[in-house]
Amino acid sequence: MALRTTFELKTGMATREAFGKALAALGREDSRIVVCDADLSKSTYTSLFAKEFPDRFFECGIAEANMVGIGAGLASAGKIAFVSSFSCFLMNKGFEQLRVAVAYPRLAAFKAVGTHSGISIGEDGPSQMSVEDLGLACSLPGFTVLSPADEVATMALVRAAAYHPAPVFIRTGRAKVPIVYQDGQSFEIGKAVELIEGSDVAILATGLMVAEAIRAQETLEAEGISARVLDIHTIKPLDREAIARAAAETGALVVAEEHLVDGGLGVRVAQVVAGTSPCVMEFVGIQDTYAESATPEQLLDKYGLLARDVAEAARKAVGRKK
Amino acid sequence: MPSAKSPEELQALCKGLRRDIVRMIGAAKSGHPGGALSAVEILVTLYFDVMRHDPKNPAWEDRDRCILSKGHGVPVLYAVLAEAGYTPKDALNTLRKLGSPYQGHPDKRFIPALEASTGSLGQGLSIGLGMALAARLDGRDFRTYVILGDGEIQEGQVWEGAMFAAFHKVDNIVAIVDYNRIQLDGFVKDIMELEPLAAKWQGFGWHVIELDGHDIPALRSAFAEAASVKGKPSVLIAHTVKGKGVSFMENNPKFHGTAPTPAEVELALQELQ
Ligand SMILES: Cc1ncc(C[n+]2csc(CCOP(=O)(O)OP(=O)(O)O)c2C)c(N)n1
Repeated sequence: MALRTTFELKTGMATREAFGKALAALGREDSRIVVCDADLSKSTYTSLFAKEFPDRFFECGIAEANMVGIGAGLASAGKIAFVSSFSCFLMNKGFEQLRVAVAYPRLAAFKAVGTHSGISIGEDGPSQMSVEDLGLACSLPGFTVLSPADEVATMALVRAAAYHPAPVFIRTGRAKVPIVYQDGQSFEIGKAVELIEGSDVAILATGLMVAEAIRAQETLEAEGISARVLDIHTIKPLDREAIARAAAETGALVVAEEHLVDGGLGVRVAQVVAGTSPCVMEFVGIQDTYAESATPEQLLDKYGLLARDVAEAARKAVGRKK
Repeated sequence: MPSAKSPEELQALCKGLRRDIVRMIGAAKSGHPGGALSAVEILVTLYFDVMRHDPKNPAWEDRDRCILSKGHGVPVLYAVLAEAGYTPKDALNTLRKLGSPYQGHPDKRFIPALEASTGSLGQGLSIGLGMALAARLDGRDFRTYVILGDGEIQEGQVWEGAMFAAFHKVDNIVAIVDYNRIQLDGFVKDIMELEPLAAKWQGFGWHVIELDGHDIPALRSAFAEAASVKGKPSVLIAHTVKGKGVSFMENNPKFHGTAPTPAEVELALQELQ
């Protein structure tokens, strides 16, 4: 059953801020929670935790690879270690350490949280933009990969991640994003949320593209196209059941992500679809390029990540069915 | 090649470029004024006195190379490149705007005269070492300069490069540490102390020159000294003031990554008369 059929999207806090708040709250409840950051605590909002629990916060300096190793050691010795930086630095500079020191020994108490994901960071430009983090994280055997859409989902998923029996990567963003969920919405890692029912096409979205998918659905509805909207907050393990059902029941899927289309959610969904109910698919994401400096709004427009682009992909998918 | 200038002329130039920096970051409404302002004399001395280069021929194979490894400080490099004639001066205020060549961090796709696309800290020294090795292989006498942030050198890759440089006796490279003692989250001493810094570089086999990074004659002679040192790399530990030249930005961690408001821009420009 879908949650609601009409949405009023109000802007909420950035998912990075929701992460920082959730982390501080966890810290109050559980003394095993420790946090590492690499000279970005004001930007990642781990500063909220650091202020309350200075003894359990480790400032690692601008040295992400070392930080991941330290987090791995903490997680190996009874702590629940949240390790945070901009997603691009955490995942790219820390990748080898995530692979060998975390994924390989399956350190379930290790939680990597990347902020400033995607291109919606805006003016700082590509060196600070993380457009390959989902692909990298999903390539780590045993990792659980989360990509919350709003503050409600972030708060719930950070909490779930802390006690999830696997190493986790959580992808968060810099920009304030619309609130998609009502307070109290429950989330289960690995279970997609069907936000809107629909039968002609299914839009599978993650992160800030969920709100764009909801807006696209409204446009499509007015045109007589019935679009289902699913929030794929867990990129790994994927909700195979929900995806296969959407493919079987609608015969047309659109995947929308603020990530390179190569190696992101889309290819993973295609893999599930190919093995269950092959159907028409369209992919909304960043096409084999690095972005540039501009406002977040201008970049989402230029790189084709707006509701307009999701709606167009849905029309195309529906058209290709015939 | 830009014509030789006296230290006084260079000093005046620095003031003008500081104004450009404040204006462009103010117009962009985001960016990193502190670390741009601390490196003005270093870059001005390099581009207008020390380096062999030709703005009319940015692809000249024998040009000296300068890499701003601390890429977030790029407004100072943009101001210098525009002043030297590589890029349009009247477009400086398009910094960080859609379609501007003046991207938020150095981006070779937009300005080919940039020697490296930086912004992820810790990588410039390694890239510079590759250039210096290529010069040696080809028998070219160009020199390579790499500007590092003090926070930046917390990255392990910098020290991997430092070890490599000494082992391979790379003496056609100069690293400059912009030692302004502030990084993003606060003062270096509170985040990850670097001292004893000179001893660290010495221990890694480098010739170390400590100096006031705002003193142009001192910078000139330090670069000359570095050029005379054979068989080992040289590093300038340049003691600087973050936000130098604007009283309310000086030594103020807030202005690491906060743009001045329009009123602050006006105030800063008055101070920089
Ligand atoms: C690998 C990496 N980690 C983190 C950042 C985010 N960041 C940008 S500037 C900065 C602080 C840099 O301090 P410093 O090198 O001292 O520069 P300066 O004071 O000269 O501006 C940080 C952490 C980055 N750009 N790259």
